[in-house]
Amino acid sequence: MLTKVHTGLDAVPGVWWKPAHRAEKMWVAIAFAWCMVLFAMMPLWHWRGGQNPSGIRRKVEPRAFYARTVEFTKQYQVGEDRGFPIVQPPAGSDVYLTALTYQWYPILQLVQGEKYRLHISALDVNHGFSLYPLNVNFQIIPGYDYALEVTPTASGDFRIICNEFCGIGHHTMVGRVIVLDQRGERVSDNSNARLTNAPGGTTGAQP
Amino acid sequence: MSAPALPSPFRTCVFTGRRIHKDAEALVKANAVVAVVALLIGAIAALLLVLTRWQAVHLLPADWYYRILGVHGMNMLIFFIIYFEMAVLWFASTALLNARPAAPRLGWVSFGLMSVGALIVEWMQWSGKADVLFTSYPPLKAHPLFYLGIILFAVGALIMVGQFFATLVIAKREKTYEGSLPLVVYGAVTAAIIAVITLLHGAMIYIPTFLWSIGVIESVDPQIYRMIWWGLGHSSQQINVAAMVAVWYMLAALTVGGVVLNEKVSRSAFVLYVLFISMASAHHLLVDPGFGPAWKIVNTSYFMYMAVLASMIHGFTVPAGMELGMRLRGYTQGLFGWLRRAPWGDPGFSGMVFSVVVFGFVGGITGVTIGTEQINIIAHNTMRIPGHFHATVVSGTAMAFMAATYYLIPLVFRRKVAFWAAARWQPYLFALGMLLLSMGMTFAGSFGVPRRHWDISFSQAPFSVQFDPAVDLVLAVMGIGGIMAVTGALIFIAIAVKSVFFGEPLGEVVRGVAVAGIPQGLTHPPVHAANVDEINERLHRESSRWTGPTPGTMALVAVFLVAFVVYYFTNWKLLSVLWKVG
Repeated sequence: MLTKVHTGLDAVPGVWWKPAHRAEKMWVAIAFAWCMVLFAMMPLWHWRGGQNPSGIRRKVEPRAFYARTVEFTKQYQVGEDRGFPIVQPPAGSDVYLTALTYQWYPILQLVQGEKYRLHISALDVNHGFSLYPLNVNFQIIPGYDYALEVTPTASGDFRIICNEFCGIGHHTMVGRVIVLDQRGERVSDNSNARLTNAPGGTTGAQP
Repeated sequence: MSAPALPSPFRTCVFTGRRIHKDAEALVKANAVVAVVALLIGAIAALLLVLTRWQAVHLLPADWYYRILGVHGMNMLIFFIIYFEMAVLWFASTALLNARPAAPRLGWVSFGLMSVGALIVEWMQWSGKADVLFTSYPPLKAHPLFYLGIILFAVGALIMVGQFFATLVIAKREKTYEGSLPLVVYGAVTAAIIAVITLLHGAMIYIPTFLWSIGVIESVDPQIYRMIWWGLGHSSQQINVAAMVAVWYMLAALTVGGVVLNEKVSRSAFVLYVLFISMASAHHLLVDPGFGPAWKIVNTSYFMYMAVLASMIHGFTVPAGMELGMRLRGYTQGLFGWLRRAPWGDPGFSGMVFSVVVFGFVGGITGVTIGTEQINIIAHNTMRIPGHFHATVVSGTAMAFMAATYYLIPLVFRRKVAFWAAARWQPYLFALGMLLLSMGMTFAGSFGVPRRHWDISFSQAPFSVQFDPAVDLVLAVMGIGGIMAVTGALIFIAIAVKSVFFGEPLGEVVRGVAVAGIPQGLTHPPVHAANVDEINERLHRESSRWTGPTPGTMALVAVFLVAFVVYYFTNWKLLSVLWKVG
């Protein structure tokens, strides 16, 4: 039982609720099955995968968060680079990073393979956390503490690029994260923040 | 006794014999013309931007880069698109239904409101009082008039959408058509419903933000702002999707006699858009701190990807409708004989096909993939994002609207399309340019190149960042593609302006006689034979059980599905090698 042949410009007299051809039904079924796969992948990755944007999220007063970051910096400072303190917190601890126009404060020094709880928030406006060259990105919003469980699986010298427009100096906002290798030593000559090989890691997230 | 003869408010279309109301036609014209003006501003901005992001050229200074970026976003995503959609709504509700418009004078009031709002926004942006980009995330603050301008524009648009619904009621009551709405108008209705949802989100967020900017309320929560704003920002792109699909069905009918395979399937797909597509705004919040995984999964999948299903259905039914339409007219050779024999020299046809293909293969696949909760970690705010939405909004929607314009010029403005030789290859230039631009941006983003960023050489930053050398190459591809696309857009604008304001009147149109400046779908209308229903029965009877009467389209969608699966799982692979984050 076919409908009378007509185009999308014609009004349709009578009943148009007619069964579709088997081939058309098949495509709808295949598309539906694919949509279910797309849907299932997300809970599946929470269960089995290692990269999820969940974190522990809570509201926070921006100035209080910044004060906590400064306190954390004083507690674990091990050096300085271009005026920015380098901070090496113990493995497994809470780590604080504040985004403010136009800097990432402080420089973090972490150890490969150790787990940290990285708290990130902003003091003033929205910022974008983009870890280079891994291309790991998070939205940083003032008033919200984004605490992510992070395990650096590769050592090297990393950068944090701001990738949310935050004002006229946005493009100068670059931070630094140093990841020591498992012996606790800096990886030499890695200024481009290219990755070294590490268990479970490859040389960067390139297409 | 008949009443004294008033001049009829209707004229009869020389091509289709439909009744066209003159007031409605004037509103179609006004909205379409302003849309093209916005397109011109946006296109010039686009050229400046692409020549700045192409780091080897780096044209604009920082402040003007960010300012022009805001101008480009507003003119393209809001003004061009929404004015054109208003033209589509007026056209669909009156010309396609032989109906009169509801309250045409009110139409001019809403048009005036929209235009005053748009002018205020332009003034604020160009004078540097609203350097907050298109998204205007607080606590970044613009001049109060900027927010007020957007509110005026949205109110005007909302009234106009209301008039669209009122026109439908009038048409139904006055019985200007028989039976159910044509599918194209049905699609326009879904676009209008989504427009209402969108514009209400706009009011919900811009009114408090305006009050905050004048100091009446103390603060706007930046996370709540992002959530509701994207109910405007992304949903407005879903108006585009619904309107674009409606235009696909329309052009398929006009150019090759494309038929509707099954009304139930196509209409159900449009209903899925209305029900689920608004949830897509959650895409923008996947790596935000304000929401948990369950909320993100439910919303980003638009509740189990039902709106993606809808697009995959249209992605089949539109080409399949064209294939069957061609086969019914005798082009039955092989799998792709219908495609080979299609009118590739008709810009209404070629533009529509490029719109379908690039929207689906590039925009659709990248969008669903980067809109996956975890994969968004390697895409958020990188150039993969503009790479995606230039493939949807520009290569998809804008391309479809350009293709439609080649038919609207003779149908509505009753002029020949000027610079006809240029018009015939304009879609090729524009589509190829946009494809290169989108691909260049997408690959640059895969290397971590941020979007909305003036200087990726980081010359003034405290720490050096050195991108992979391949980034220079893909940015050059983006730059060349962008120049080609802007050239294509400027050619389109030149054609539209010349035709509308200085164009040659149609004169007498004789069926079967090709005329330069009139698309062949009008001079050689793709009418079906009188016994078309018999032919249809036979094609169905003789077709394979698996591939149906449209085997060529089945082959094409199979290729699409394979590309989708490969791209999607490649991204999971890229994600899996990163640091552990959770």
